[in-house]
Amino acid sequence: MTPAAPVSPVTARTLHKTFRRATGETVKALDDVSFEAREGTLTALVGPDGAGKTTLLRLIAGLMKPDEGMLDVLGITVADDPQAVQDRIGYMPQKFGLYEDLSVQENLDLYADLHGVGADQRKQIYPRLFEMTQLGRFRERLAGKLSGGMKQKLGLACTLVRAPELLLLDEPTVGVDPLSRRELWAIVLKLVHEDGLTVIVSTSYLDEAELCDHAVVMHAGKVLAQGTPSEITAKAEGRTFIIETPKGMPARSLQARLFQQDGVIDAVPEAGQVRVVLAAASEADALPLGDGTLQHHRAPARFEDGFMVLFAAVAERTRTSTMTLDQPSSQGSGAMAVEVQDLVRTFGDFTAVDHVSFQVRSGEIYGLLGPNGAGKSTTFRMLCGLLPASHGTLRVAGADLRTSRAEARRRLGYVAQKFSLYGQLSVDENLDFFASAYGLRGRRKADRIAWAKQQFELDAFSRLPSGQLPGGFKQRLAMGTALLHEPDILFLDEATSGADPIARREFWGRITALSEQGVTVIVTTHFMEEAEYCDRIIILDAGRSLAEGTPAEIRAHAAAQDGRQPTMEDAFIAIVETSRDGRAQQRPAG
Amino acid sequence: MLDTLLRILALIRKELLAILKDPKSRISLIAPPVLQCLIFGYAATYDLNDVPYALLDHDRSAVSRALIARLDGSGTFTRVATLDVERQIADIINDQRALLVITIPYDFERGLQAGTAPAVQVIADGRNSNTAGTAQAYVSQIVTGYAADWQNSHGQPGAPVRMTTRAWYNPTLETRWYMVPALIGTITMMMTMMLTAMSVAREREEGTFDQLLVTPFRPSEIMVGKAVPAMMIGLTQSTLILLVAQLWFQIPFSGSFAMLYLGLFLFLAASVGIGLFISSIAGNMQQAMIGSFVLLMPFMLLSGLTAPIGNMPEILQYFTLINPLRYAISITHQIYLEGAGIRQLLPEMLALVAIAAVTLPFAAWMFRNRLT
Repeated sequence: MTPAAPVSPVTARTLHKTFRRATGETVKALDDVSFEAREGTLTALVGPDGAGKTTLLRLIAGLMKPDEGMLDVLGITVADDPQAVQDRIGYMPQKFGLYEDLSVQENLDLYADLHGVGADQRKQIYPRLFEMTQLGRFRERLAGKLSGGMKQKLGLACTLVRAPELLLLDEPTVGVDPLSRRELWAIVLKLVHEDGLTVIVSTSYLDEAELCDHAVVMHAGKVLAQGTPSEITAKAEGRTFIIETPKGMPARSLQARLFQQDGVIDAVPEAGQVRVVLAAASEADALPLGDGTLQHHRAPARFEDGFMVLFAAVAERTRTSTMTLDQPSSQGSGAMAVEVQDLVRTFGDFTAVDHVSFQVRSGEIYGLLGPNGAGKSTTFRMLCGLLPASHGTLRVAGADLRTSRAEARRRLGYVAQKFSLYGQLSVDENLDFFASAYGLRGRRKADRIAWAKQQFELDAFSRLPSGQLPGGFKQRLAMGTALLHEPDILFLDEATSGADPIARREFWGRITALSEQGVTVIVTTHFMEEAEYCDRIIILDAGRSLAEGTPAEIRAHAAAQDGRQPTMEDAFIAIVETSRDGRAQQRPAG
Repeated sequence: MLDTLLRILALIRKELLAILKDPKSRISLIAPPVLQCLIFGYAATYDLNDVPYALLDHDRSAVSRALIARLDGSGTFTRVATLDVERQIADIINDQRALLVITIPYDFERGLQAGTAPAVQVIADGRNSNTAGTAQAYVSQIVTGYAADWQNSHGQPGAPVRMTTRAWYNPTLETRWYMVPALIGTITMMMTMMLTAMSVAREREEGTFDQLLVTPFRPSEIMVGKAVPAMMIGLTQSTLILLVAQLWFQIPFSGSFAMLYLGLFLFLAASVGIGLFISSIAGNMQQAMIGSFVLLMPFMLLSGLTAPIGNMPEILQYFTLINPLRYAISITHQIYLEGAGIRQLLPEMLALVAIAAVTLPFAAWMFRNRLT
């Protein structure tokens, strides 16, 4: 048998696709995109929001037609016969259509029915799907009651129920905790390596791209580079360094300073130190780093470093992501900004928050970390006075915001997880309304609004309905609005989810600057590496507090792996797994 | 105090902006009330103008012809068929070609002359009971009137009692006079209740309500800030309908405008209260939508507009006590047609105040205390 020339399940040549926004401008979603996905390989489409990943996947799935270019999927020209393609592929969109009021089994049956999967095939495939996804125990549970990670697994199972020849996954791990993320990827890798399935996955998590065979790095509709992950990583080879943080300085302050240096492409806090990527390999010694006492050593490049090198060449970035408050916060440091004692919140017989206690000092950056459903948001809502506690006490700026007088709320700013300003009102109208809501008026109101628009570079969008702002600017407007009244305490719920790496670095630059001016910042996040920006963090799982301390203390929970320092994610997984094992062992005894 | 006022003003401004910014939603607040008022003003009438009837004249005498001439000449009845035999009656009613079939007996003329009160038979299509009833009554009025006239002119003694009716406040008993003023309350209630029921629910669904609750706004301030714009829109719509009633339908207004607007203000406060009440309980827009429909339908049907409240079972009569529309329709009728003053209207106005005084604070309390 002579093997025929390998036919690629997906071949794309010079694809173009443009959209027209409601505001009239045209957006190039895809601009001259070519790539090939080989049989039995895993291809990752990597890039920030708006890079064109979803558009590309939708073209491959035959849900849209390209304006120009050639696209063959499984030997079929998609635009000619989308149905023939759809009959043979599996496509899991970002928001997979699970029926929340149906059980796991019913959802699976429904998708099997929809795809005409016969009873015999079901007998074969169901056990395998349940084994793979570990959902066997939850067959009767309503899909709406599953955690985020389990929902994604169920979505994947529903997509796989008719054994597709090509699998398309659109950001399958967004909003999924690290543990579930690893499990989900284990499933995908198994499908590729054991079953020889061809998979194309889009992701904005750069560490995930390292697991694939072929990475397509996209930005603003263009392919910046493609190749094996190590080829992408090689772009940063020899330019990455770890710089040790001087004693007594938070890593984030050093990071913020380094990030603004010319010749520095990227700087992120990592394990208490700062990882930098330089524009040229030779500059490490020449870096004007303060008094020159900073210790540094070379570090092996990661995919993310290579990505940032590619990115720096095309994306403009604001180096001045610092910001100055008109009146630096007056609260004395060392005072308690937030005190939570034995906090409990139950919904019916479900305990969302289970005897959690912690304290945040003024001027600290405090992080709440945990998987979806860990109780982060519930705790957050109780702190902001949006939800009553079932038990326990909490004081924010010396008052319980739920029962305190309205004036106490003037001291806090709140940025919700979802964009929650008035979408149909313009940027100016939103700022004006919230400024008045916080009691600003006259000259001071005008000054503060001008400040917010200047600090967050919103001037160009003054009259645009805020719902039509590009993603990153929505976030900026939300932050600007929350800071109009110069609060002492700023609450940020999952503020960086869905933001691209550049936007996230800018965001943390601002947070660092605020904290340096005495503002207490409380954040929730599921990006574990962002914990490095915090002074202290608490790790929550299933409503219980598992660990609390400085990032270094938390990292110490995990053992060093292959000679490298454990990352925050390693530590998180170690802590959660230990706790879950502990509970599993207690159960038979109790 | 000044802070509170400024905050509320900002919220009112924001609400109005959100509602009125979009040209489509501006039109949808103005066009439907005017159109509905025009349509209902013409359509919702119990007056009979063009009743199709069929005739079966067995008598074929001069007297029967004179009676027929009077029917045909009434302007109300249109003869669509003249029948020859009785068995044709069923078909013409079943096919809904005629609403009535009038049968004049063989001995109609002789009977009249003998003074034995001959029986003119009227068969009506009872599938439309309201119209049939009115038409029957009208026929009998014409027939008895004719008989009386005939007896008079032939020197026979007439009926011993003769009834003369005079309708006050609506001399020609036009339904439109009754219907159109009632629409002022009915149509605006529909709009303001939907608008307010959606407002908080939408904010909850979009997450903006949380953002509002973390600002120094007090629940009562939010309540006022939500109620006032809806009432402003309601008053605008009422004014539009009032204009249609006076300028287009030319229904004379006998009362005081100040009194009418006082009544409308209280009525809108009550219906906005109910809207916010629904909105504060609802978890999302769908629930708010269903909630307001569940209430709107009974409010409309049990308002006394279509069926007199006195005819309802006692338990439903109690329900109408919490129905702001009941008071609104009654108040507008009294002011519009009778020119009633405050002494007469006070009990009903106080009832509206009571409804608003319960629902509005409850809604404000629920803003913060709804368990989510």
